[in-house]
Amino acid sequence: MKRYNPIVLIAQVSPISAILGLFLIVPIATILIVSFWDYSEFMLLPDFVWTNYTDTLGSYVTYKTYLNTFKYTVLTWIFTLLIGFPVAYFLCFHVRTLRWQIILFLICTIPFWTSNIIRMISWIPFLGRNGVFNSMLINLGLTNEPLEFLLFSDFAIVLAFVHLYTLFMVVPIFNSMMRINRSVLEAAIDAGANGWQVLTNVVIPLCKPGIAIGSIFVVTLVMGDYITVRLMGGGLRASVGVMMWNEISLLLYPPAAANAVVLLAVVLILVSLMMRVVDLKKEL
Amino acid sequence: MGERRRKEYYVLAVFFTIFVLFLYGPISAILILSFQGPNGGLTFPMNGFSIHWFFALFGEQLVGDFKAAFLRSLQLGLIVMVLTIVVSVLAGLAFRKKFFGSTLLFYTTVASLIVPSILVSLGIGLLYNLMEWEAAWYSSGMGAHLTWTLPFGFLIMIAVFNRFDKSYEEAAKDLGASNWQTIRYVVLPIIAPSLIGVALFGFTLSYDEFARTLMTSGVKNTLPLEIFGMTTNVTTPTLYALGTLTTVFSLVVILTAMGIVFYMRKRRERYGSDAGKGV
Repeated sequence: MKRYNPIVLIAQVSPISAILGLFLIVPIATILIVSFWDYSEFMLLPDFVWTNYTDTLGSYVTYKTYLNTFKYTVLTWIFTLLIGFPVAYFLCFHVRTLRWQIILFLICTIPFWTSNIIRMISWIPFLGRNGVFNSMLINLGLTNEPLEFLLFSDFAIVLAFVHLYTLFMVVPIFNSMMRINRSVLEAAIDAGANGWQVLTNVVIPLCKPGIAIGSIFVVTLVMGDYITVRLMGGGLRASVGVMMWNEISLLLYPPAAANAVVLLAVVLILVSLMMRVVDLKKEL
Repeated sequence: MGERRRKEYYVLAVFFTIFVLFLYGPISAILILSFQGPNGGLTFPMNGFSIHWFFALFGEQLVGDFKAAFLRSLQLGLIVMVLTIVVSVLAGLAFRKKFFGSTLLFYTTVASLIVPSILVSLGIGLLYNLMEWEAAWYSSGMGAHLTWTLPFGFLIMIAVFNRFDKSYEEAAKDLGASNWQTIRYVVLPIIAPSLIGVALFGFTLSYDEFARTLMTSGVKNTLPLEIFGMTTNVTTPTLYALGTLTTVFSLVVILTAMGIVFYMRKRRERYGSDAGKGV
């Protein structure tokens, strides 16, 4: 075991390499290739043309769609962070026993293992025209007519994103916080720091890797989403994913592939910016 | 300080409670509304109380065939679960040492998590299309699911082996165990509870997967695709009845997994680990 046996090693890593090769690397290479192809109404025509890229990058609609997607991303990121950080903080520093930490942590985690689509649908009784929110607002006398914008709107989309993805923020931040040596906090207090200073000068800097990992999850999930925008936007709102999905439905594969490459590039740039803060291997 | 700390505690406790209500409130509404009376609608108030919509679900008039879709998702979930466990454990064992290409493989696996689902879906769909392979839930669909479940399983295994005390293995070796015996009777029993966790991720993430399945499942729908189809066609609480059933099923799976882990821990506390007793 001191010197590893190459045959054993190959047996250990070939399944994961084969699966990711066939179902991740080759498909992305396929997208890259097809993005340069031409197409007619019913056929893909192998070629090397830039038109798919010039069409999408030259279109005003593309920029507007990206802008809209960034809007969803930034809003979702801000809210998941503002909600996720205090939740993780409470679990880590205020829940005293490990048993209760585990129980409360699992309570936060369980919805993650259930269906996203059902979790989106479950907002209908709340946001619908005759839903709980509208009845409440009417009963309180805040409005006379039910608000139409609750369901099928930007509001509903961001709400659903926050509902679905806050957990992705809570878990990495909680993980970072649990690694903070409590004596560091005591040292800060002994040195005269008040609660706010401890938070901003000690806790938050030490949580940066967790915040970065959570942000990577949230940003990539929202940037690539099409189902939440489609469902919660009632088919009326645009995002990059929805734009691609529309092209795919019309069998316009080369333009969809070009869009996919652009999206991948944008996501990878965003991720590499966030990765600067974190050494992934140390976080495990 | 103490006074302030208690105030902070109560504020955060209230915040946390609201967060939990935010997480569970909507889904509870679905659970309640699926028991609407026969004349009830998609929103409150309850118009009577019945199991009418559950019967309607099993009736003939439905758009799709959700029973077949459920069975497909169940089988696919189980296959993906087993593959995720086996492949992740193997990769985890390999990653205890550095080897040629380990960094590349590590970041490829992480990339699998980060690449937008729609790309995986489109890429696999295109590949099958061009190769004239037949896309189906058990081939292309399974591959698409693995790109989502494997990174979770893999990262969990890396974390587990980072915390693994190697002296157990060395002790086994010193006592004359072969490599295989060490893994079978020492390593696997010790990491068993984590494997239940990997299994839970593998099954539930596959069972509920939508975005990566859309272009990869071929002509036959998995359950989430069926449910998505229903959202555009069905405007009665039947939709909620299906939501309730599949959510309850997920909860049973989750709680069973947690129960098994809890039981393993209790047993270990009582008897100590039984690693090594198998020979």
